[in-house]
Amino acid sequence: MDHREEDGVLDLISEGVIRAIQLILSGDPEVYGITALSLFVSISGTLLSSVWSVPISAALALRNFPGKRAVKGLFNALIGIPTVALGLCLYLLLSRSGPLGLLQLLYTPYAIIIGQCVLVTPIIVSFTTSALESVDPDLRTLARTLGASSRQTDAVVLREAHWGVILAVIAAFNRAFAELGVAMMLGGNIRNFTRILTTAIALQTAMGEIALSIALSIILLAIVISLSIIINLARKSPR
Amino acid sequence: MNSHLEAQGLTKTYDGLLALEQVNVRASTRQVTSIVGVNGAGKTTLLRILAGLDTPNEGKIVIGAKMLGLEELRTYCTMVFQKSVMFGGTVYDNVAYGLRINGCSKQNIQDRVTMVLAMVNLNGFEKRKARKLSSGEQQRVAIARALALEREVLLIDEPTSNLDPANAIIVEQIIRKSAESRIVLLSTHNLPQARRLSHRIIHLHSGRVVEDQDTASFFANPHDERTRLFISGELQF
Repeated sequence: MDHREEDGVLDLISEGVIRAIQLILSGDPEVYGITALSLFVSISGTLLSSVWSVPISAALALRNFPGKRAVKGLFNALIGIPTVALGLCLYLLLSRSGPLGLLQLLYTPYAIIIGQCVLVTPIIVSFTTSALESVDPDLRTLARTLGASSRQTDAVVLREAHWGVILAVIAAFNRAFAELGVAMMLGGNIRNFTRILTTAIALQTAMGEIALSIALSIILLAIVISLSIIINLARKSPR
Repeated sequence: MNSHLEAQGLTKTYDGLLALEQVNVRASTRQVTSIVGVNGAGKTTLLRILAGLDTPNEGKIVIGAKMLGLEELRTYCTMVFQKSVMFGGTVYDNVAYGLRINGCSKQNIQDRVTMVLAMVNLNGFEKRKARKLSSGEQQRVAIARALALEREVLLIDEPTSNLDPANAIIVEQIIRKSAESRIVLLSTHNLPQARRLSHRIIHLHSGRVVEDQDTASFFANPHDERTRLFISGELQF
């Protein structure tokens, strides 16, 4: 890269930063709308997935059943599933001629939520299982000697591992918030309806609107980093 | 309370390996009964079965006149482990845990926690983080947590093996005090400790009871050669 190219990139970045600040401060309705939709679909997808992922993790970590290792291995392997492949599978399911076509969810925010739910389930399951398994097994034994039922014993383990569970959910949110393939294939990037930060960044870059892409990327990164900082501060604060 | 615990014909195998074989144990209220033996003799296995944590392959356990199953045993017995395990949170949270899950009222919990913490000389420790205490203090919290439940049987596994002599003496005093109103079964390989604390001593060797006598006779007149060697420190295993 020669000096002129380097200067060009730096100009783009500084222009992007200025544009981001302008867009944020001016309350640009489109940017705020895109950001709000991004947060809505990612938070919904992550929370909805947690509803089944945490109990699945508890079963994997705290119960014994045939095929448990295979199930754990499967969830671990699915963490790296390409979002485009997942998007395609769900597209085929949700498309008009697909088995779930009657629900008419394709190209709606709900389709993105479904996709993100499926995408983050292996992340929550694998990380939460690992957090639960790392709890000292003697705590379970102790709870039992103090008269705890099976459910109360599980609650002890969950309470001990609660930061691990929270971190698993945060990691899942970050993955959902930053993914592109599922949102593009199932949402269709429709302006003011299914356009979220990642699809907007991809579109603006393709259109040569690099500064706007950088601005949107800065918003995306700021949210992800702020969330991590908040979680770390909460974790370190005396309880 | 004037009761006794009787374990009859307890046999336990782990993966085909015999851990206990036809073990009979009898322990009474207001007495400390020590289970002694070398590492791997089956002491902890025996206590875990009595605590309702493991199921024996054979045998039965009777407290008073009642034969008890696994679930019922946990309502009669509680156990203090060699390694004191603390729940996250304060000393109060730890001691109150068993009372909370057993449905005690808030006032009752508060009264009992205060009482048992006084018993183990930890008054004023309620708000301290349990995991930040010294190992001696943690062991005392563990005993207080078990005592708070007021179960008929207290099972204690190697309570002083990780403690310095000063803390060991405090824990021994607490064990003595605990036995004033309940059955105490103590597992230890520390013979001087067993001698100081116990009314009766049972010697377990390779999963079998080889000696069961009152403390004085155990040391003065052991019937089994292995017990004699164990007392003199010459037992090969």
